Amino acid sequence: MSALAAEHATMPVLGRLAPTAHRDEVVAHVAEAARQIRIQDLKLVHHAGAGHIGGDFSAIDVLATLYGAVLDITPETVEDPERDRFILSKGHVAGALYTTLATFGFLPVEELATFLKPLSRLNGHPNRNKVPGVEANTGPLGHGLPIAVGHALAAKLDVSRRRTFVLVGDGELQEGSNWEAMMAASQHELDRLTVIVDRNRLQQGATTRETNDLDPLDQKAAAFGFAVVEVNGHDHGELLDVLSAVPHRPGKPTFVIAHTHKGHPISFMSNNVAWHHKVPSRDQFDLALSELEALVRN
Amino acid sequence: MTTSTVAATPIADRPRFDCRDAYVATLAELARTDHRIVGVVNDSVGSSKLDAFKKAFPDRLINVGIAEQDMVGVAAGLANGGRIPFVSAASCFLTGRALEQIKADVAYSNRNVKLCGMSPGMAYGELGPTHHSIEDIAWLRAIDNMVVVVPADPVETAAAMRWAAATEGPAFIRVSRMAVPEIHDADHEFVPGRATTVREGDDVTIISNGTVLWRALAAAEQLAGEGVSARVVSMPTVKPLDVEAVVAAARETRGIVTAEESTTAGGLGGAVAEAVVQHHPTRMTILGVPEFAPTGSAGFLLDRYGMSPEGIADAARNLARA
Repeated sequence: MSALAAEHATMPVLGRLAPTAHRDEVVAHVAEAARQIRIQDLKLVHHAGAGHIGGDFSAIDVLATLYGAVLDITPETVEDPERDRFILSKGHVAGALYTTLATFGFLPVEELATFLKPLSRLNGHPNRNKVPGVEANTGPLGHGLPIAVGHALAAKLDVSRRRTFVLVGDGELQEGSNWEAMMAASQHELDRLTVIVDRNRLQQGATTRETNDLDPLDQKAAAFGFAVVEVNGHDHGELLDVLSAVPHRPGKPTFVIAHTHKGHPISFMSNNVAWHHKVPSRDQFDLALSELEALVRN
Repeated sequence: MTTSTVAATPIADRPRFDCRDAYVATLAELARTDHRIVGVVNDSVGSSKLDAFKKAFPDRLINVGIAEQDMVGVAAGLANGGRIPFVSAASCFLTGRALEQIKADVAYSNRNVKLCGMSPGMAYGELGPTHHSIEDIAWLRAIDNMVVVVPADPVETAAAMRWAAATEGPAFIRVSRMAVPEIHDADHEFVPGRATTVREGDDVTIISNGTVLWRALAAAEQLAGEGVSARVVSMPTVKPLDVEAVVAAARETRGIVTAEESTTAGGLGGAVAEAVVQHHPTRMTILGVPEFAPTGSAGFLLDRYGMSPEGIADAARNLARA
């Protein structure tokens, strides 16, 4: 095992709590998972010398909540046709997905050290044919939501209770394909479909408002036939409650606007557009790691 | 490569059929025996002739509206859920509008999606180059993990669909609306990557597919009257290509004419040329549609670009006598 792999492997693999666990325990479990995922992701990006750490950290609380407490998917059921589906539409935060999957046992933690290395299966964008738990080869923006609609339609045809979740970036909603898909989701009354928007208000080089404003996003989604819910996308309790409770209105797909900050919660990264795909220096790495390690458990 | 017998009636005099009829009949047949089969359309129920299918399987014809990117993404998602979607949409919009979804969601993701390009090539005739789909073959041939099928008649259309339904993975099948005579026997087997010699000959070879194949056969009939023996090779899969059949033609005859309802840049002609230059260089003439075509019916335009039986015969004769 290389030194890098060993460093990744120092983290324990987390499982799922028993269904009988108290909500407070589940929230604490998810919070600790999110903290560990961020530590892994920081190492991943630092070692690789590339990645999208700002968007990773923006999305990790949603990912930790989904895999830690919401999705009916485990490493053992990853091929089960009746599993819930999670589609990462913002495929450029593959690093966050890989670290999440590793943290919950879908792939070996030490393999994270191969991220972006020649011939690694951990490409800069995820590949479902190589990485267990990946549902679609995303990367070009605006692809995940139509795929999620297709899966939700398949589940409806099967009269199945399986759910479909898709995480989209907010800037990504500038792609028209999303709105095509939202019309179809509403038309077909796909109430077991949940769209989660990582609403960090920053895209590659500027704010969404400066670029091609999305507001009023809640009204737009409602006008497209969705039940709209707004949450603090870094509050595990709020995320758990909202994502566990779908559908929020019978016959309507759910649109969760998760208000987030790129780079959260690192002092010098948070809500800073420069950290879209910046790589931390050694000093910045040490500082970020110390901030994450200082987060109080539970 | 396989060989089939040639019926006695001149090809141009045989009854002609719209391949969409075979398409819808086969789709219904497949849907009856396999619950996973679904249709996905972009408001193209009528233009894909799917009204009867919709009536028989109302839940299994998914109309996403006029939204091609969503249509192909939805098909990939349906495949994720275990369904076998046959996406039926005008080839120009299916391949042009949703090319990135075809690449990423279907081919790269290796999803079991069947893309059926309706009324491809020059079929929309007078509607003009916005509706002509001459680029689809070149575009999709460039995408890894994509089988590109250009059936020549109703029998081959149905056979290709049965193969696609039974075979896991992405495929693109062109479904023509231009009426064509039946070329293949009813029990014709479709095998991707396998050409069929539909007429033997040893002076020159014409390699063709789709709606132009019968024209190639008619050309060979004319040439036979002049004492020129033209081999006609049906190449239904542009990808994978039957390289062995191409090399045999290059080795055994004096040259190869390709003729297709597609652009001359990167279609069947391009694929054959790639095989020829790498394995057995020979003289070639590539017939196809080299430009945004002027106003005219599909038949008129194919004739204009040298793909009347006489035009194909001219090209073949020139190579045979060179």
